[in-house]
Amino acid sequence: MLDYIWFGLLVLGFIVGIFSGRAETVTKAAIDSASGAVSVGIGLLGVMCLWTGMMAIAEKSGLVQRIAGLARPVLKLLFPGLARRHPALGAIVMNLVANFLGLGNAATPLGIKAMNELQKLNPKKDTATDDMSMFLVLNTAAVQLVPATVIALRSAAGSLNPAEITVTVWIASISATLAGVTAAKALSALCKSGFRPKRR
Amino acid sequence: MDMIKNASVYAIPVIFLLILCTGIYKGVKVFDVFVEGAKEGLATVIRILPSLVGLLVAIGVFRASGALDLIVFAAAPVASALGIPAEALPLAFLRPISGSASLALVSDILKAYGPDSFIGRVASTMMGSTETIFYTLTVYFGAVGIKNIRYTLIAALAADAVSVLVSSMACRYIFGIN
Repeated sequence: MLDYIWFGLLVLGFIVGIFSGRAETVTKAAIDSASGAVSVGIGLLGVMCLWTGMMAIAEKSGLVQRIAGLARPVLKLLFPGLARRHPALGAIVMNLVANFLGLGNAATPLGIKAMNELQKLNPKKDTATDDMSMFLVLNTAAVQLVPATVIALRSAAGSLNPAEITVTVWIASISATLAGVTAAKALSALCKSGFRPKRR
Repeated sequence: MDMIKNASVYAIPVIFLLILCTGIYKGVKVFDVFVEGAKEGLATVIRILPSLVGLLVAIGVFRASGALDLIVFAAAPVASALGIPAEALPLAFLRPISGSASLALVSDILKAYGPDSFIGRVASTMMGSTETIFYTLTVYFGAVGIKNIRYTLIAALAADAVSVLVSSMACRYIFGIN
């Protein structure tokens, strides 16, 4: 799936670029983005180490497992594959909370941590599990308490009430989350029903 | 509102304090364990980097080529039937693929149409209600080496489409069209 998207973006970009006389711009964009990606990675490096380090302490002291135990009743519908006190649950909860509070810097490292834990439970290491897909969907449609970035942009643009969109953001993101979760559950059921006949 | 804002401000210090104090209380060698854990972070970032380069190059080329304009042109009739303002349509397509580019686009839209216009509000709501899907997918799956992502992208795009649709609807009902 990602193969085709990647192929599509690049090929469409190059073809449109050549035919609209932007061949040079497109080439420059390719090279600039490649070096830009390294800056993004290096920017992530410090926070990533900070959070994986902190999470290691939280795991050793049993804090993560305790959080996992507390969150289990809520999350067991979404993540049926996870045991009661599995560290993945703890990392998932902390990632979702970071997203909810708009702490982007913390959310990504915690999310990757959760993926590492989910991967330990994965029998087929190159294929996503249902739990992983559900986790990704929750992350892409993250519900945020205060959409701080947008509020700052609106305030910079001279809005009379920059924070007024908070309610519409809540409505839109909660609808998106519900749609995503429903889609993930439905597609997972569809996959399962489609896979069984093949195995027999 | 102030209380909600404070929750974001105090969250990180409180979480760090909680982790450190529980650690010491349970007899964990906090600094050694921290350093061991931080190494895992280093390894992860190095593992992500190749997929990040691949993704960002593809997005950079796509954006620079002007292909987005073509897609927006093709999708415009459908969008207007669904009540999505045409001026906010480029954002609907840019948001899932690039966070920084869509931030710049929202800023342009707010300047051009005003933050308190219908278009400005729809754009703000769209920006706030979804994440950059392709970045999240690349980083999270890239970090653990998943190649077959199965239905994840379809489900994420379904959520995204709903957020675009509901953003326009909610702004229309709550603020009206002005």
